[in-house]
Order: sequence, then C-alpha cells, then structure tokens
Amino acid sequence: MSEGTATARSTDRILGINAWLVFLFLYAPIVLLIAFSFNDNSNVSIWTEPSFRWYGAMFQDANVMNALRNSLIVAFFSTIVSTVIGTMLAIALERYRFRGRGALDGIAYLPIIIPDVTMAVMLLIFFFQVFGILNDLVGIQLRNGLGTITLSHIAFSISFVAVVVRARLSQLDNSLEEAAADLYASRWQAFRKVTLPLIAPGVAGGALLALTLSLDDVVVTQFVSGAGATTLPVYVFGLVRRGVTPLINAVSTLMLVASMVLVGISLGLQRGAGTRGEKPDDPEALLDEATVD
Amino acid sequence: MTAPPVAAEPETPAPVTPELEHAAIKAESRRGLLISLPAYIYLVLLFVVPLVLVFVYSFATRDSTGLTVLEDWNLESYKRLFTEIVFEIFARSLVLAVVTTVICLLFSYPFAYYIATRSPRVRNLLLIFVMIPFWSNFLVRTYAWRVILGSEGPISQISLAMGGEPIRLLFTTPAVLIGLVYGFLPFMVLPLYAALERMDWRLVEAARDLYADGWTSFRKVTLPLSMPGVVAGSILVFIPSLGAYVTPAILGGAKTTLLGDYIVSQFLAARNWPFGSALSFAVMFVMLLATIFYFRAGAKTL
Amino acid sequence: MTKPAVELTGVTKRFGDDVVAVSDLDLTINDGEFFSLLGPSGCGKTTTLRMIAGFEFPTEGSVRVHGSEMGLKPPNQRPINTVFQSYALFPHMTVTENVAFGLNMKKVEKSEVQKRVARVLDQVQLSKRADARPSQLSGGMQQRVALARALVNEPEVLLLDEPLGALDLKLRQAMQVELKDLQGRVGITFIYVTHDQQEALTMSDRIGVMSDGRLLQVGRSEEIYERPTSRFVADFIGDINLIDVTMNGSNSARLGTGVEIGVPEGGAQPGNDVTLALRPERLALYDLDEEIPAGHNRLKARVTRRLYYGDVYFYDVDVGIGTEIEVKEENRPGVELYDVGEEAYLVWSPEAANLVLS
Repeated sequence: MSEGTATARSTDRILGINAWLVFLFLYAPIVLLIAFSFNDNSNVSIWTEPSFRWYGAMFQDANVMNALRNSLIVAFFSTIVSTVIGTMLAIALERYRFRGRGALDGIAYLPIIIPDVTMAVMLLIFFFQVFGILNDLVGIQLRNGLGTITLSHIAFSISFVAVVVRARLSQLDNSLEEAAADLYASRWQAFRKVTLPLIAPGVAGGALLALTLSLDDVVVTQFVSGAGATTLPVYVFGLVRRGVTPLINAVSTLMLVASMVLVGISLGLQRGAGTRGEKPDDPEALLDEATVD
Repeated sequence: MTAPPVAAEPETPAPVTPELEHAAIKAESRRGLLISLPAYIYLVLLFVVPLVLVFVYSFATRDSTGLTVLEDWNLESYKRLFTEIVFEIFARSLVLAVVTTVICLLFSYPFAYYIATRSPRVRNLLLIFVMIPFWSNFLVRTYAWRVILGSEGPISQISLAMGGEPIRLLFTTPAVLIGLVYGFLPFMVLPLYAALERMDWRLVEAARDLYADGWTSFRKVTLPLSMPGVVAGSILVFIPSLGAYVTPAILGGAKTTLLGDYIVSQFLAARNWPFGSALSFAVMFVMLLATIFYFRAGAKTL
Repeated sequence: MTKPAVELTGVTKRFGDDVVAVSDLDLTINDGEFFSLLGPSGCGKTTTLRMIAGFEFPTEGSVRVHGSEMGLKPPNQRPINTVFQSYALFPHMTVTENVAFGLNMKKVEKSEVQKRVARVLDQVQLSKRADARPSQLSGGMQQRVALARALVNEPEVLLLDEPLGALDLKLRQAMQVELKDLQGRVGITFIYVTHDQQEALTMSDRIGVMSDGRLLQVGRSEEIYERPTSRFVADFIGDINLIDVTMNGSNSARLGTGVEIGVPEGGAQPGNDVTLALRPERLALYDLDEEIPAGHNRLKARVTRRLYYGDVYFYDVDVGIGTEIEVKEENRPGVELYDVGEEAYLVWSPEAANLVLS
C-alpha cells in the first residue's frame, strides 16, 4: 500500500491534526480521572496533594470488595465457558456443512447487534418465567444471583468469541489440516497439534473479549442479579447516580488501569503470534514472477 | 471449506457407490452438528427462547398489583406505543442516535484514513492506542465525563476563571451526546480502518493516472470501496446509541427521558412488563429496519 | 508382474446435482513410474488426485492402491503421501518437526525417527536448516521440505499437486530435473498434476491428458506429442496446426480450397470430414524454383509474419484456407530466411501429419 501517493501534503497535515485531536479527546478524560483519583481532597475540584488515601478507603470498603469478588468469579466462569463453546461454534460454522447451519449462523450474530437493554429485558423475563414454572412443577424456588448473572454473561459472550475465532480460522490455510491427515493424524490429533496452536491467538483474543464484556456489563447484570449479589460495575453505577465521590474515582481508576493492562498484554501476545499459518498469497500474484506460459 | 472427510469404516472397503458417498457426507454433517451442539443449545435456550418470551409478554396484561398475568391477551401495550409520550421519547432517542452516528462518522473517517495511510509500524502503534480506550471499562469512561462536566469539574472551572458563568453541561442532552460519541467512537473507527486497510490502493493510483484529482479520486474510488466499513461502523454506533441506558443515566437529566431509561423503568419502577416488552420489541424492530436500510444503502454505492 | 500402483475404475465425482468434476475415469498407473495428469484448469485433474489421496471420495467407482480397494478410507489410513501446491508446511514447527510429523503420528520409535529424518534431509540437501522455521526459508527450500516430509514415510505412492507453480522459471526447471532424478533413485511411484505441458513432457514416463472431467489420452510423452488422438490433445500440447479436410481416398484428402494432398492411412472413409494435425517443425518452406522431395505435399504459400525466437524462426503463412499455418524453422547458420510478403512453397511429408478423427 503506497502511502505517499494517496494524499497530498496539505490534506495529510489536516488529517494529522484531526488525528491528534481525536486522540486527545479519547485520552483526556482518562488522564483527568486518574489524576483526580490521587487528589487528597474530598472535594474533587480542589486539588490538594497527591495521596493514596482513597485507594486505602476503597480496600476497606466491604461493599466494594464484595462486588469486586463477585465480578471476578462471574468473569472467570463466564469467560471459560463462553470461550470453549464459542470456539466450538466457530469451528462448526467454518469447517462443516450441516442442516440448520444457516439458522445457527444467523442466531449467532444477533447477540452482537442487540443492545444490552433488550438483552437485559429478555433474560429478566426468561429467568422469572422459568423459575416460576420450576416452582410450580417441583416446588423449588430459585432466585436470581451469581448463577443467573454468569449464565447471562455467557449468553452474550459466545457470539463474540465465535466471531473472533472464526476470523482467525478463516485465515488459516485449510490445506494444513489436510496435510496433517495426509501424514496419518486422526481428526483429534490434527486439531490438537495443528489447528489449535494456530488459532490460539484468536481463541485468546476471544477470551479477552469475553472477559472484558463480563467485567464491563451493567444493564444485563442489574436486571438478573438478586439481593446481595452485585458486581463491581453495577455497584459503581449505583454510587455514581448518587454523586461523584473521590472513592468512586479511585475504584474507577483501578478498573480502568486493570482493563488497560489486560488489553496491553493481549495485544502484545497477538502481535507476537503474528501471521502464522495464513493462507498463501494469491497464486496469480506469485505467478507474476514466474512467467512460463 | 470442509475438513478432510471421515469414513464410516467398513471391514473390507468396497468400491464407492452414490449411496456410500451420501452416507459419508451425512456422517460428516452429523459431526459438524455435534460440534455446534453446545452453542446451539445454549443460544436457543438463553437467547431465542427469551426473545420469544418477550414477544409473548408484550401481549399480556398487567394486573392491579403490577404483576404480569399471562391471560387476557391484548394489544393494549402496542396501542400505547402510538401515544404522544412514546413518540416523543422515540423521536428524541432516534435523533440523538442519528446525530451521534453522524458525528462519529465525520471524525472517525479522517481519523481511520490517516491511520490506514501510515507505514505499517506506525499503523500498528496508533491502532494499539485506539484499542486501549476501546477495551477500557465503558462505565468508567462515561463516569469520567461526569467528573469533567460537573459544576465542579475542569470545564466549569475554566469558564469561571474566564470570568463567566460556570457552564453547566451536565444533565443536558449535549452531555449525553458527548458521552455517546466518546463511548462509541472506537466502534466506528475500527471497521472503517479495517475497510480502508483492506482496500487496494492501486485503484486510487489508477484514478490519478486517469486525471482525477485528490478529491475526485476519493469520492469516486476510496469512498465507495470503503462503504462496507461505513455501514458496519454506523450500525455498531447507531444501535447501541438508540438503546443507550448507562450513558444517559449518568450524564443525562431527568427531564429528557430516552428510550433506554424508559424501557428499564417499565421493569424496575413502573412495573409494566407487557408495555416494556412491547417497547423492547418495537425498538428491536426499528433496529432491524435500520440494519437492513444501512446494508441496502451501502450495497447501492458499490 | 507387480500390481499397478494405482488403478481407477469407473471413477465419477459429482458435486451436488449439476457439477460433474470427473466422469467415468479408467486409469492404470504402473508401479515405479512417473505419471503426470495434465490438463487446463478445471479439467478435474486435481479432483482426481484428491480422490486418490482420500481428501475427496468418488461419487462412484473404485480406487485401488497396489490392489487394495481404498473405498471410503480417510487419508490418514492410506499408504499415500501428498506434496501440496502451497506446501502446507506447519508454520509453528521447525523443519525437523515438520518432516518427523508423519512418523510421530505412526508412533515410530524415536531413534528411528531421528535416523530417517536426517537421511531424507540429506537427500534434499537441507540438513543445515533442520532447525529453521518454514517462514525463514525460501520458496525452493520450502518445497524441498514438503517433499522430504512426504518421502520420509516411504509411501507406496507420492502425489504431487502442481508443486512447482510458485517458483520462478530457472528454479522450476532445476527442480524438474531434481524431482525426476529423485524419483528414479527412490523408486516410488510419483503421480504429478500440472497444467504445464512442457513440465509434463520432460518429467513423465507417461502422461494422462484430461479435459472437462474426462481422460482423453494416456501414453508416453512421445506418443502424446507426436500422435495425439483428439483435437483437444493435439491443440493442448505444444504448437499445432489443425486443418480441416475431407477424405477422398484411403490416403488422400481435399482441403477447403479443393487442392488435394496426401495424408497418412487412418481408417477414415472417403467423404469423411477429418482434422489434420501438423506440428510446425514438420513443415518447411521451399523456394518456388527449388526441388521438392518426392511424395511430399506442396502448397503455394505467402509469408504473412516472421518471428525470431533466438533458436528458431516462426513463420505464419497463408495458403488460402482461411486460417494461417505456422511453420517452425531452426535457426541454423546459413539458413535461408523468407520475408513478409514473399511467396514460397509449404512442404511436408504426408506421414508427418496426424489424422484426428474427433
């Protein structure tokens, strides 16, 4: 791709300025928030001295710690389950043809474009109805709690994992799997020794996405959680509606930094794994060099 | 692309007949279905069924205590959709979503274009810097604006310092707009970037070779070819903006109700599940229309 | 006599209801021979190869390897290995790990694996790069790794799917010679798929020409080139002049212009319309006053184009039948050249032509 010829100098400068402005816009709030969290004064607008006071308060706040613990538990389980199921879905859709594949393909993409409010409503009604029926049938009254939250997170994460893994899978030269079979590998051996290592970056990316979605989620969690079981974002959301406090600043900063670190790690891993096993270049382009006929 | 076939292994192989080939194909099919089964079951149970339930509930009745009664099926909830209040809220949300999408597009396109026209190493670096806010906690990023726009935040401080009134941007619609643009900008940037990066820039060179100037070659070559990215980005911004709940809840005022909050209140405060369901369904319908419209519009320019 | 390496009987491959990729193929490939499947893109040669390997199953028919019916056996149960067009080297493994893959899958003992891998890497001259990753190797080296990875398993048959397509011309020609030599030394049956007829002609013991899912002709390179049995084969291999004539005797025929020429006896009845296939190098141009060998055909011709190829001259001449005839003359010292517009006689021996009946 030739960069120089596409845009004139002056246009390029304007584009550059715009880019800087956008970056400024994106990062200024984050930087400001982090700065404020270190402000010792309880009045957020009066800058006193930097301190870790609010971080200390945060760690001693039982509600915050509880919510954090819940968030981590839910995120852990929902990430693992949705990554496994999502990867299997991606493989089935990308490598096989079966009846109902079209329908599954359609259903699998819906959670991605549906807004979280709708998802929250759907799952609220679902659990309510199902628990009601169960109670009528066997007399056991289940309640909303960490279980329903986890199940809900898995529900919307599967599709995202599948999309990421599928993208990676489609770039894989599928003659690699044929080569493995040609060299006496069984289906499972070929998957374990060839396919899996090569889609690992995609699976990791999908897992990261599932993790982020779970840790980020507010509305769905709010709707399907019960008394006493709340996650960190939902708890913070509740606090925020009552007003800005430095405690929230500290909690927010920590959440922010944690997610940024996660991103950094995953991006680093992905770039490192690079372009292993991608389909070879277009044969036409390769044949440009070899001019026989 | 299908994987190498698996055989229904007979004792002594026989020459293949159409029936045997067919059996082998079916065995392969079954295998695929099996692998997809966990996802199939999960998605049907926790996505399709809930969706159907919402549809069912939209026809139910709300009794005097606020509970939903699955009898007396009626269209009351849907009729209520056509009242003035609902139209107002709908229109407001729609306008807000459209404006958000347009603003995002206006700033993201040059931005994505800039990144796509850098050298690979710079490109990757810039992308990482775009991804970081994208992946950071959405709630926190929106909260940051609450701090900034508050009457004690830096913007007010600045205007005070300049001798004027403290600007109270918080709890107004512009605040929600800023919050939405801020939250969803990366959703527009990434698909745009992907489309531009994938483009064959030699076509632009060819246009230049055929006497087109910069603007014309952009208009006639680059823009149409990047349409899939524009469409994808627009959908990814428009739909969440239309159903936004968290951002208006934090940055918006009580006076300007938007769809997200309106729907949520049906399930928490007002306790009118049938109406809330009808609302949700209506919103989904609008979004489906918007998606189809975007795709058609995008396809036409190609 | 050893059983044929591969025997295809009545093999047909249909995709869906309308696409017939391979149609009723009968083919016998002998043990230890270098056999090429030749044809244009889409002729079904790759599909046929894949059916032998087991990546596709025939819709009907029998595929036998050294007498054993393969049936619906998957590729990992066939005593066959493949060299892929894209090489399909595992990018996350070293050269050694790639080459050892098949042996490891078959649970061959470690020391044996090491020995065999070292030996085959030596054979393809890649011992020094045993620990490299595929991405660090050039195209030619990758190709040799693919070869080594297949051969180390000592398969009964080796399948090669246009393996030289991605290499540049000089390297390709060098590899052609290398592959032929390798096959001779190792003694394994090679089945080679290509669309490049030069490649097929130089490397193969026998060639099978395919078009549109059908096998048109099988034979040694010389047979295919000098005695094509169909218009397609004649046209596909090398340069050819195809002239439509009508028989008017057992060994004479009339051109469209009415002029009578001698043709080889070919079993065509007088009155039949047949095609005469003439290789450009079997034609010659004579001066109008030169003596012409007895029994040769002679047509008045006018030169319309002359092309210089370094080692040969190509002439296009007009003999009044509508299409021009191509003549190839070796560029010998002192060779007589004909200018564009000049008149000459087009001369050839009747036996040099081929009667193509289709």
